[in-house]
Amino acid sequence: MEQRAVNSSALVQEFVVANRLGIHARVAAQIARVACRFESEVLMTKCGITVNGKSILDLMTLICPYGSKVHVSAKGSDAAEALNELAALFQTKFGEP
Amino acid sequence: MNNHPSLTIKGTGASPGIAIGKAYLLERGQIPVPSYRLFGDEAVADECRRFEEAVAKAESDLEAIKESISSEFKEHARLLEVQQMILRDPSIYDESLRYIEKDRSNAQLAVIKSLRKARELFNGLNDEYAKSRIEDVNAAGDRVIRILAGQNHTNLEDIRERAILIAHDLTPADAIQFQVGRILGVVTEIGGITSHTSIVARSLNIPAVVAAENAARLISTGDILIVDGGTGKIIINPSERDLSFYYERQDELEAYIKQISRHAHLPAVTRDAHRVGAEANIELLEEVVAAKDNGAEAIGLYRTEFFFMNRMELPDEEAIYKDYRDLAELMAPCQVTIRTLDAGADKLTSWFPRLEETNPSLGLRSIRLCLHYKELFKTQLRAILRAGAIAGNIRLMLPMVSGMGEVFQTKNILKEVQSDLSRKRIPFDQNMPFGVMIEVPAAVAMADLLAHEVDFFSIGTNDLIQYTIGIDRSNEHVAYLYEPLHPGVLRFIKQAVDAGHQAGIPVSLCGEMAGEPMYVPILLGLKIDSFSMNPTSLPRVKNLIRRSSMKECCRFANNVLRMSTAQEINQSLRKMVMKKFPEEFRVFEPNWLGEEPVLANRGSAKTNRDTE
Repeated sequence: MEQRAVNSSALVQEFVVANRLGIHARVAAQIARVACRFESEVLMTKCGITVNGKSILDLMTLICPYGSKVHVSAKGSDAAEALNELAALFQTKFGEP
Repeated sequence: MNNHPSLTIKGTGASPGIAIGKAYLLERGQIPVPSYRLFGDEAVADECRRFEEAVAKAESDLEAIKESISSEFKEHARLLEVQQMILRDPSIYDESLRYIEKDRSNAQLAVIKSLRKARELFNGLNDEYAKSRIEDVNAAGDRVIRILAGQNHTNLEDIRERAILIAHDLTPADAIQFQVGRILGVVTEIGGITSHTSIVARSLNIPAVVAAENAARLISTGDILIVDGGTGKIIINPSERDLSFYYERQDELEAYIKQISRHAHLPAVTRDAHRVGAEANIELLEEVVAAKDNGAEAIGLYRTEFFFMNRMELPDEEAIYKDYRDLAELMAPCQVTIRTLDAGADKLTSWFPRLEETNPSLGLRSIRLCLHYKELFKTQLRAILRAGAIAGNIRLMLPMVSGMGEVFQTKNILKEVQSDLSRKRIPFDQNMPFGVMIEVPAAVAMADLLAHEVDFFSIGTNDLIQYTIGIDRSNEHVAYLYEPLHPGVLRFIKQAVDAGHQAGIPVSLCGEMAGEPMYVPILLGLKIDSFSMNPTSLPRVKNLIRRSSMKECCRFANNVLRMSTAQEINQSLRKMVMKKFPEEFRVFEPNWLGEEPVLANRGSAKTNRDTE
């Protein structure tokens, strides 16, 4: 692990799951795929449970239906970009109604 | 080729035609997983590499399948993407590597261990949908394990030679990979005539036999097979005599079908000018072309369940509407009868709670389920009503109605939906014909009253037979009782038709009975107004209708209605079709009608006709 990644503090943003079907398998796949493109550690927290944002299985089993509040944090050299892209996903409702 | 003794097994004929060729066994059963400890760092490194290569191979296999899937099945492609992601998921990928490195487990065992952990995680979930996604994890893991075990040939894509496919079961994802030309025939150990494999096989004209017990155990890759998709007969390592007999039959069959197909577009009019409807039962939009090619004058039954079931999320109104709209457009000006969701609660567990039902076929299903999950029902009704506005050619049909209550309830819901659409100025068909299926005995008893409340009847014989005789046709112990020609069943059909006609509404028949050419004389004689069936049956049924005389059929039906047993009726029908349609009888050899006029054949002859 690079030094600066460890030292920099995590960026956190809160999102509300806005697509009607919530974070189901395909949405989880989208999030994990974006998260994996970055070097930063990406975590997602809901109701005190934190999972690895790069793991589709973790995301699927976090169970985030429509309207859930989640915190996404990114920590590392490209944390800002990672969080930006993930925000775009949440804001466009993952391309779903 | 005759080193092995010839062996004949029987299943259910699911797609007519004769296939002769080499078997290709698709093995997907339990595979033995060796477990051992690795000795030395070199072995560990090798095993890690082997695992990584297997994952890469699984990934590229999935990619290849994805590319081969036609655009209509995009939903499946996305499913495969999820599997690809799972392969690389830290809790599978990293975890497996950790088991290899730390525990010094061999790769297969390491994968099994990480899968076990994932399974525990999913099992503990509270959400039914999320819980069910363990299937994706299992499928992904299974693929890697098979590759590690050296079983690469799990993709139908890999079949390079023309072959007859043998499998325990095939998934919808397999069925959509069927390649015409390369797959000569299909045999599965389970499934029924209405299972997805059968439907796809029929639409592609690939001979298929389903429910052939032990087929995958008895047949090995490379065995020479004869598969008769009409009678359900499979001959393993046939004799020269069998081969020449079936080659001849194959030619005869092809020539006969070619000949009658030329006339498939002609109307179904009897010799004495009585016209009936000839319509198609479909469940996929892609079947429309086959339906039209085979001479369908309308879609007599559009099964809407499939659209709901093979997806991870509940489809929304727009998606459903688009599907119905496309169908209405493709078929216009011909009629399309859309049946509302005809499924049991067990099919909807992705979205609704799982119910404890000891007897689901008498449980919360079909119209009852729709009335229970009202919002879902409303969504579907809205989509149907809206699609009706396109060409005014859609009819709405309710499944499994048992009395007036369900009709009134549905009419009330319809009113709500209609006024909501009007308020929002969304166009819909205000005069859409509304009909019910007659498939439970209570509906037959109430047919005279029902007929005054609806615009048409459609008799669903598959269920009517089961509920009338009180047997489950998939139960092998009583399957022989599944008699379409049971006098009780025929009386019920007559009662429903007469009640409909007395009220001045048309009565169609959309069970598998309508697609069985040998039943034409009886059904015509019972005065069915239209026959709705699998598209591929249309040319044969139409041909026989055109060769029949309504007068003769009525006389025949009247005689039959006086008979007291199904055997007696079978015999007399056999005589009738042999005399009237000798060429049809010779080519298709309907062995279920009884081989010789003796009573002893009931068991063997009937059991393979039971899954409709």
